[in-house]
Amino acid sequence: MPLSLSDPTWYPIASSEDLPFRHVYQGQLLGRELAVWRADDGNVNVWENRCLHRGVRLSIGINEGQELKCQYHGWRYANQSAGCTYIPAHPADAPARRIENRKYPVKEAFGLIWSAANDDQKFAPFAGAESTDWFPLRPMPVNAAPEDVLAGLARLAPDDQPADLLPGMALRLGTTVYFVQPVDAGRSVIRGLIEKPADEVATLRHYNETLTKLRDRLERAAAKKPAPEPLQPVFEKVSADLASMPDIAIPRGNTMPVVVKRKWQSADGVIGFELADRDGKHLPTFQPGAHIDVHLPNGLIRQYSITNGPGDLSSYVIGVKQESASKGGSKVLVETVREGDVLAISEPRNNFPLRRDATRTVLIAGGIGITPLLSMARFLDKSSLNYELHYFARTGDGLAFQSELAALHGKVDRHIGLAREAIKAKVAEVLGQYQFANHVYICGPGAMLEMVQETAASLGWPDDAIHFEYFQNDKVIDSSSAFDVELARSAMTLHVPAGKTILETMREAGLTVPSSCEQGACGTCLTTVMEGEVDHQDVYLNKTEKASNTCMMTCVSRAKSGRLVLDI
Amino acid sequence: MPKAPDQTTNDLWHVVAATEELAIGLVETTLLLDRRIALTRGLDGEPVVWLASDEENGDEIDAETVLDRLPVRTAYGYTWTCLGTPSAELFPIPEYAEADRTNMSCGSIGIHVSAPRAVENFLDMGHFPYVHTDILGSEPHTEVKEYDVEVSEERDEVLATKCKFIQPMAAKSATGAMEVEYVYRVPHPFCSVLYKSCPEDESRRDVIGIFLQPMTEETCRAHLLQSMIDSYSTVTDLRRFQQTIFGQDKPILENQYPKKLPLDPRSETPIRADKSAIAYRRWLSQKGITYGVIPQAS
Repeated sequence: MPLSLSDPTWYPIASSEDLPFRHVYQGQLLGRELAVWRADDGNVNVWENRCLHRGVRLSIGINEGQELKCQYHGWRYANQSAGCTYIPAHPADAPARRIENRKYPVKEAFGLIWSAANDDQKFAPFAGAESTDWFPLRPMPVNAAPEDVLAGLARLAPDDQPADLLPGMALRLGTTVYFVQPVDAGRSVIRGLIEKPADEVATLRHYNETLTKLRDRLERAAAKKPAPEPLQPVFEKVSADLASMPDIAIPRGNTMPVVVKRKWQSADGVIGFELADRDGKHLPTFQPGAHIDVHLPNGLIRQYSITNGPGDLSSYVIGVKQESASKGGSKVLVETVREGDVLAISEPRNNFPLRRDATRTVLIAGGIGITPLLSMARFLDKSSLNYELHYFARTGDGLAFQSELAALHGKVDRHIGLAREAIKAKVAEVLGQYQFANHVYICGPGAMLEMVQETAASLGWPDDAIHFEYFQNDKVIDSSSAFDVELARSAMTLHVPAGKTILETMREAGLTVPSSCEQGACGTCLTTVMEGEVDHQDVYLNKTEKASNTCMMTCVSRAKSGRLVLDI
Repeated sequence: MPKAPDQTTNDLWHVVAATEELAIGLVETTLLLDRRIALTRGLDGEPVVWLASDEENGDEIDAETVLDRLPVRTAYGYTWTCLGTPSAELFPIPEYAEADRTNMSCGSIGIHVSAPRAVENFLDMGHFPYVHTDILGSEPHTEVKEYDVEVSEERDEVLATKCKFIQPMAAKSATGAMEVEYVYRVPHPFCSVLYKSCPEDESRRDVIGIFLQPMTEETCRAHLLQSMIDSYSTVTDLRRFQQTIFGQDKPILENQYPKKLPLDPRSETPIRADKSAIAYRRWLSQKGITYGVIPQAS
């Protein structure tokens, strides 16, 4: 039977022992090279051995624990999803596009790592697998065709006790089970499982001698035959949108169901929610600072930051504030949603990206604003980058995610019950005079954000070193103006009447435009302005960006001039 | 049986050796576009190149006896030849002639990768902190700022300007970290020249050239040129510096797959920092180059 690139059989591709702490193992199956690595959380990843950016082998990359870092340009790929989380050449940008390496199914069982060319078959252990405490043999590479190697193994059987052929290039010889890993058309690895022996060394030596002799016989025979043509795996093309470098955000609309796996009181006034895939699959890649839209049972949509650390995609953990004056957003979550309920969430979106090229990163959280900063701190922590986290809260009981914060190695300072002026003095002390390659990230109540921005600016911090995220826009939106918008790319001119937003007007005209919070806080509807004067009413853009008059948020901002030309 | 090179590639001038390193009266053999060629120098010091028959490396030969010769140029310290009909003059590097520069060849190094992959690596700044750690770049300063790229029709070359990068030790003569500015030229499908701010004289630029000899579609030899304003370092130091840099690139290049440069935009994932590489790939496509590349399916 000739080998096929699309063979769905599960084969062992490595021993568990081949994956020590922070190692990347290079394997091969059916002609395809594989980068195999174990994350710090124990999960094993089997990926195509090729960075999507410039084709460099990922097996020469660096296992950072929860992310794999390419050796060529430092691109980082997340544990489980293989999604790209950071591109160092553009530190201020969230990788806006879904760059994801090709990955293969994986199962760790009986001391072996198993994989397959595709997901067509479920992993099924060989008959009788569960009954024994297995011990893997030392693998034996053989330069011979896999079918010849299998036949050679079968001939090891004594005449009165023939080998028992198992599905998928495997056979049983007495109590030993052998598997042939089809590396390529002319290359194989013999892997075997035996019952845990009393004397491991003597047993291993015995098998090693037998298999070495078999290998020599098989290789001598193979050398006399014409070498089979190697398999020619195809590198799948990247999607057209990845090749053309657009910088458009992922549009809203794609939601996925998640189940509330855990709901708990994280602190006084803060409820934690753990959201997971219903079938136990991993969730999509996110970057530090990212949020998800949560679609609530009462039809409202609210944004919550993901608090997770790198490569932790088994579930998302969010923190929700119990607000007494809540209008029904967090109230519904807190009061009516229970463990086991299913909610719809959007894919993660990042309007608060973390640069990882700072020599010092200051994270300042006020109250529930800890959520995105906890995620950032965990990423910086894992990469051993210099950061400090300052967490301001009214009371000690209000400090959320305490155990997660305790696991960090960096400087984490909690500031409790400070008055407004004292907070300001503390922030000024923490920031200090601006120095090159320093960055500050702030998340908290609106008044605190403004105070930190002002304080930083007075200490010489430039706008592009001050990063902030508002949870909501508290400003009163003035929608009394009326004007025209010309959509340059869509070749369309629309009239925006008083009382209606640009976004609503565009939607009514049949355009699909990305948006999320629709109150000028999240940054999703960011649009390039080509002509006209903008009446900024959002809290997303910084002063420099607003003054540049080159971009705007179409959900709340309007025109001072009679006409705006937008790049839509 | 290797495929025949495309017409454009066949008619190009190709670098084959550092002229001074060719021993007078001795044969050196190498590969060019899958063909074995032989080289030597005559008593007058002029290089002679021909298609090799049964010559071996190190054979003694009198250059006068070689009658069936390939065309030869010497430029920038290197010997160039052509297997087809050489149509154009070799590209200019005017700085090379400036009297106070130290010009030197920095070695010819074999690499198991196609010549265009090596050119692309030369144009790339994003890898500095990762591959040339603490020399041409260092974490956390990893940003590739916006720069300009154009394909000059008049000069038929790719030109990238205003390329800036923070470097801890930009050149042998550098004493500390500085933001350096680069200009890159690709004046030949398999050659590139870069100009970088000179630590010693703000008004002038050091020039570094990489000339790739395409031996086969998936192997090449890199010939390096430095033309420096540096009154302190010795030629040995300057060479060693360049060879250190190249020694860091080589293992990365040899782990790139596929080894030929894919010209289909969907074969890899470009980012804004790769603007010059995108322009280079497009330029190769337009020129009809098929040697050492995976052409875009039409």
